[in-house]
Amino acid sequence: MRLPASLKTTAARLSALYLLLFGICAVGLVFYMTALSVRMLTSQTQDTINEEAVGLANAYQRGGLPLLVRTIERRSRQPGANLYLIADPNGRILSGNVESLEPGVLDVEGWTGRPFSYQRYGDSSVERRARAAAEMETPQVESELRHAAIALVLRLPNRMIVLVGRDLGEPERFRVVVRRSLVAALGVMALGGLLIWFFVGRHALRRIDSVSEASRRIMGGDLTGRLPVSGAGDEFDRLSENLNTMLARIADLNEGLKQVSDNIAHDLKTPLTRLRNRAEAALGKRDGADYREALEATIAESDQLIRTFNAILMISRLEAGYSAEQTAKVDLTEVVRGVAELYEPVAEEMGVALVADIPDGIAVDGNRELIAQSVSNVVDNAIKYSAGANAAPKVVVGLERRLGEVELRVTDNGPGIPDAEDRKRATERFVRLEQSRSQPGSGLGLSLAKAVMKFHGGKLELEPREPGLSVVMGFPRKEDAQ
Amino acid sequence: MNIASPARPEFAYDDPMKILVIEDDREAADYLQKALSEAGHTVHLAGDGDTGYTLADTGNYDVMVVDRMLPRRDGLSVIAGLRSRGNTTPVLILSALGEVDDRVTGLRAGGDDYLTKPYAFSELLARIEVLCRRANSKDAETLYRVGDLELDRLSHTVRRAGREIVLQPREFKLLEYLMRHAAQVVTRTMLLENVWDYHFDPQTNVIDVHVSRLRSKIEKGFDSPILHTVRGAGYMLKAG
Repeated sequence: MRLPASLKTTAARLSALYLLLFGICAVGLVFYMTALSVRMLTSQTQDTINEEAVGLANAYQRGGLPLLVRTIERRSRQPGANLYLIADPNGRILSGNVESLEPGVLDVEGWTGRPFSYQRYGDSSVERRARAAAEMETPQVESELRHAAIALVLRLPNRMIVLVGRDLGEPERFRVVVRRSLVAALGVMALGGLLIWFFVGRHALRRIDSVSEASRRIMGGDLTGRLPVSGAGDEFDRLSENLNTMLARIADLNEGLKQVSDNIAHDLKTPLTRLRNRAEAALGKRDGADYREALEATIAESDQLIRTFNAILMISRLEAGYSAEQTAKVDLTEVVRGVAELYEPVAEEMGVALVADIPDGIAVDGNRELIAQSVSNVVDNAIKYSAGANAAPKVVVGLERRLGEVELRVTDNGPGIPDAEDRKRATERFVRLEQSRSQPGSGLGLSLAKAVMKFHGGKLELEPREPGLSVVMGFPRKEDAQ
Repeated sequence: MNIASPARPEFAYDDPMKILVIEDDREAADYLQKALSEAGHTVHLAGDGDTGYTLADTGNYDVMVVDRMLPRRDGLSVIAGLRSRGNTTPVLILSALGEVDDRVTGLRAGGDDYLTKPYAFSELLARIEVLCRRANSKDAETLYRVGDLELDRLSHTVRRAGREIVLQPREFKLLEYLMRHAAQVVTRTMLLENVWDYHFDPQTNVIDVHVSRLRSKIEKGFDSPILHTVRGAGYMLKAG
């Protein structure tokens, strides 16, 4: 069976639960109170009976049986709830205001254990009907009332039986009133619960529905959409605010992704087109040597594509927080000297003076392979760009310990990047500034180096030089190599 | 002319190897089989890890090429299984994964070399030939000799035709590696990995410049070239 949607809400479930709990508590409390009150009333009744019994006993002592009978007859005539009876040893009623009573009550001396029923003199059927009419709502209660009583049964030395009792009408009536008010209270509570459910539930439902609605719109592709914030500063607002922050972050990432895929599409499409054109042109050739040349060019172009792919993959993995399993102490001195030595012949061939000023024993925590690669990218760039210098081309690689960090600085005296905005953009993926379009490369060298530095908790910044450019790589400083 | 193995037209391999290729990509496996057969080797193929393991366990192969991601049983587990049974056949791991960590895990599992897809066939061929020769390696030798070129690993001296040649430390290591793998194709990447211990791809062909410097030192003033460039593949040190 399916519940209607309004019953499936949290508000409905909570309301029902609270109602149930309060109901149980209320019923329990009422029963406890009633039991307590009834016990109190009963003991009062017993006290009254005892007093009466003491009075009768006094009468008996003072005047013997005649005075006792007289007293009983006198008291029987007074209005009230008290019952008096005197019977012979066989249980035949001789005097009192009780016309008849449940058989067996007089057989046991002392307190009657449970309430017994009786019939009273003067309690005529006419009067009974009148009282019943006056209390129309509870006729059956009235009929119960008519008979119930508790009593003290005493035996006189001459085996005559005296019963002193009291009608239980009062406590019974009290019990009935309490029961009736309990039912009324439960009814009111149920009504209250329904109202609370209706208002709280509907209010919460409306808020949640508006959040659902907004999420649906956002899922539908409108990433600029935000969840409604009412301004009340309540839980719903806090939830919406947090979700909105998350959405903003997702939108940022999405924007970045889009930009990257645009760049990838562009930077991969261009070489792919070249590749295809070259293969097509080769098909038109006749000579084996031409084929060979075309195929070699194709392979070279493919290799460049693979290189670009690898760089993109590596950057994304680094930015996604690459598993740092291979992090260890890296002898930066060795790595930087190694890279400088690796590039020295190339620099010389290109007419660039590569000067490395590397002090001994500088170490950082990280991945040697990644650091070597990013240093190599930066040095590679510097050599390429300084080759276009006006003065004697020169690249200086410097490494020094600074406060809190180890700074690696690669400076060239090439054209540099004069514009501050351009300097910022130069480390973004695939950005190749206009003047560098002519240079070979994927445009990913600096981005990769920056991603590696970020991965190591360091930074990569570009600083202008007159003339030229400094690439500053700052590693967080660890203990120095021994 | 042989079109399928364009990388090796000049040098035919005269010492055929028995090679097991465990690769689930049918097309790639067929290509490898064809190209390696044309290079003069015997090639057996296995399409999944289980078959590969059984073949490797029973057949007596000179070298194995194992893809990392295989159906039924992955490549690393095949290698680890073989190693635990005392099988020491050299293994070249092929993988589409290419991070530094992947390479390290591959080598730790018992692989001898690691190549990332997509790869150049010339690179793969050069590497498995080197792997195969590693079994009868020249580690113990202290004097390498190729033609009239001599390299003494103890005294760190190099002579050609009796004349001493002065080399920088890195040039010495470079020549040492080339001489150890004399008459074998050595790729640029292999040199970068083994002489410099770098496993990345430098943007500029830095290795070429180092090799040409070395070449000018060991060839200038002597009669015959000894350090040859193998087009589309790498270098080879060979007398005559």
